[in-house]
Amino acid sequence: MSNLLSVKDLQVTFVTPDRTIHAVNGVSFDVKRGETLGILGESGSGKSVTLRSILKLHPAHRTKWSGSITLEGDEILTMGGRDLANLRGNRVSMIFQEPATAFDPVFTIGQQISETVRRHTGKSDADAMKRAKDLLEMVRIPSPAQRLKAYPHEMSGGMRQRAMIALALSCNPSLLLADEPTTALDATVQIQVLLLIRELQRELDLGVIFVTHDIGVAVEVSDRIGVMYAGKLVELAGVEQMVDTPKHPYSRGLLASTVHDGMRGQRLEAIPGAPPDLGEVPTACSFAPRCKFVEPKCLSAPPPLAPVGDSHLVRCVVAAA
Amino acid sequence: MDTIIRKPGGTPDRGGPAQPLLLATGLRKHFPIPGGILGRATKVVRAVDDLTLSVAKGETLGVVGESGCGKSTVARLLIRLIKPDLGSVVLDGDPVDEPHGITVNELRRQVQMVFQDSYASLNPRLTIVETIAFAPKAHGLPAADAKERSRDLLAKVGLEPNTFAERYPHELSGGQRQRVNIARALALRPRLVILDEAVSALDKSVEAQVLNMLVDLKSELDLTYLFISHDLNVVQYLSDRVMVMYLGKIVEIGKVEAIYGNPQHPYTRALLSARPSMDPRKRTQEAPIQGDPPNPIDPPSGCRFRTRCPFAEDVCAQIEPPLADAGEQAVACHMRVAGSGHSKAARA
Repeated sequence: MSNLLSVKDLQVTFVTPDRTIHAVNGVSFDVKRGETLGILGESGSGKSVTLRSILKLHPAHRTKWSGSITLEGDEILTMGGRDLANLRGNRVSMIFQEPATAFDPVFTIGQQISETVRRHTGKSDADAMKRAKDLLEMVRIPSPAQRLKAYPHEMSGGMRQRAMIALALSCNPSLLLADEPTTALDATVQIQVLLLIRELQRELDLGVIFVTHDIGVAVEVSDRIGVMYAGKLVELAGVEQMVDTPKHPYSRGLLASTVHDGMRGQRLEAIPGAPPDLGEVPTACSFAPRCKFVEPKCLSAPPPLAPVGDSHLVRCVVAAA
Repeated sequence: MDTIIRKPGGTPDRGGPAQPLLLATGLRKHFPIPGGILGRATKVVRAVDDLTLSVAKGETLGVVGESGCGKSTVARLLIRLIKPDLGSVVLDGDPVDEPHGITVNELRRQVQMVFQDSYASLNPRLTIVETIAFAPKAHGLPAADAKERSRDLLAKVGLEPNTFAERYPHELSGGQRQRVNIARALALRPRLVILDEAVSALDKSVEAQVLNMLVDLKSELDLTYLFISHDLNVVQYLSDRVMVMYLGKIVEIGKVEAIYGNPQHPYTRALLSARPSMDPRKRTQEAPIQGDPPNPIDPPSGCRFRTRCPFAEDVCAQIEPPLADAGEQAVACHMRVAGSGHSKAARA
C-alpha cells in the first residue's frame, strides 16, 4: 500500500532574537491510509511541533523548516497560498487538546461547521447546515438538530470534543492529526472519545497521527507507536512490539516508570535527570546523560535510526548492536 | 513518645494511634452564583454536600473523582482556605476554630498542602531557600535557624543546597519546582500533607521520581497523606484507603484492595474500567458509561449518579442512598441496601 504521508528528515528550528531552539532534529516516518500512528513523548520532545509542521501552523517568520513532508506526493513545506488553504481542512485536518478555545464562542456549533463546509465545498447554506447535522450524528451527539443551535459554552467538554471532531471531518480529509485530544477530558469521557476516534478512523479509512504523553491512550488507538525524545524519534515499532519488547533505554524507562495495576509496594524505576536543553544541535545521543547503558561510542556521534527486527527501528547504538 | 523523637520540633501525638488524625463531620460547601437581579445569587454550586471522613494516623487516603466532584474543595475546606457552610474539623481530638479547640493558624502548622501548578504556587521574587524558610520565620523561628532548616529540607527532597538554594523558581524545571513545593510544605514539620494533584502536571519519568520521594519522606518523617488525583493508577500505587467522589458526595470508600479488586458502586466500576488498557491485545471495546458528569449546579435528585447509571430505578430518583457498610468498604447505592426498594437489593 502506498504511503499517504511521508515525512523525511524533518528539522524545525525556532529563531527568536534571544535564542534558537532546535525543536525537531531529523524526524522521518510514513503513514498509510487506514493506519493510526501514535507519537508518544514528554513535554518538549517535539511531538506537537512535528504534528503542527504537517499543516505548517508555525509562524513563518520565526520558523525554519528543512527536510520534506509529502502528502500523496505533494510537498507541503514549500506550499503556500491557495494550495495551503486547500490542504488545511480538505486534505488534512486537526483536533486539539482544548475544544473550548478551538471554537469561536460567539457562533453556534452549527454555524461554525456549516461555514467550513460552505467555504471548502461551495454548498448552499441549507445544504451545509444539513451536512453539519449529519456530521453531529456521525460523532454520536444526541439530538443533533438541537445541538446545531448550541453555543460552545452550552456543551460539556466531551460534547465539545465530539463537535470538534465533526468539524475536522467536515470536508472528508484523508489524514487526521490529533494533538492530545483527550488529555483535558474526564476519565469516563476520555474513553468514549478514544473509541469514537477509533471507530471513525475505520469507517472513513483515515490516516491518523495521534500525539499523546499517555502510554495507555497510545496503546488504545495506535497501530504503530513512535517514541520521541529531544526532537528525534528514538524508536518506532508496532504497538505490540513497543509494549512487549521496547528496545531504546528511554522507551523502556518510560514504560517502567508509568504506574499501572499491580505495582503497589514496588519501587518505581524512575529515569534520573531531566530532558536536555534544545538550544544546540545534538552532537551525540541526546539521552546519553540519563542512560544507564551509556558507552563511549554513544558520545562520539548522534546514533542513527537502525532496524532491530521486523519493522522495528531504534536510535541506539547499544540496543541495535 | 517516639513521635517526638522522630520529629524534633513537631507536634507530638496526643490521642494515640486509634484516634483519627483528622476527622471531618458533615462538611458542606455551596458556592452561590451571582446572576439574578442586582447580582443576587439565584443558583448554587453544590460542591461538597454533607461529607464525613476521617484520616487515620500514618495512612495515605486517596481521593479520586472527575472534575467538579468536589475533591479539591474538600482539600481547601480541611485546611480552611475556604470556610465550610456547615460541619466541623477535628485534628487529633482538637476541634478547629472553636472555643475549646485550636486556631486555624495552629491547624495550618500541622496540616500543609501541595498544589498542582508548581510555578503559580511559588513566589517568583524569592529564592527557593527564602521560600522554604518563610513559614518557619513567620511562626517565630530565628532567621538563621529557618535558613538552615530550609537547606536541610532541600537536601531531603533531592536538591543539592549549594547548587539550588539561591535560585529563583523560573530557573528550575517543573519536577524541581514541585520538589521545592514539597520541601516548603514540610518546613513546619506538619503531621498531615494534602497533595492536590501534586504530580499531575509532571512528565511520567519525573512523576516516578517524585512518587518514590513521597514514599520515602512519609516513612522518614512519620507523615500522613491525603492524596487527591484524577489518575487512578497513581492513587492505587500510593494509597492505603481510597475515597471515590461524585458530584460532591462520597459514593464509595474503603481499603485500596477492596475498591480496586471488588468495586461495589456502579460509578467506581465505570471509573476503573474507563482506564485505558496497557495491553494492545485487550483494548477497551465499549465505554463503560455514556455522557459527561452533570453540572454540580443542579445535581439530580436522589442518587446523583442515577442519570448515568445503567441500573437506575424509581427509588434512585426519590431517595438519596446512605453511605452504608458493605463488607470491606462503605457504598452509597440502593442496590447494596437491604429493603431499599431497588429490584437488585436484598429483601429486608
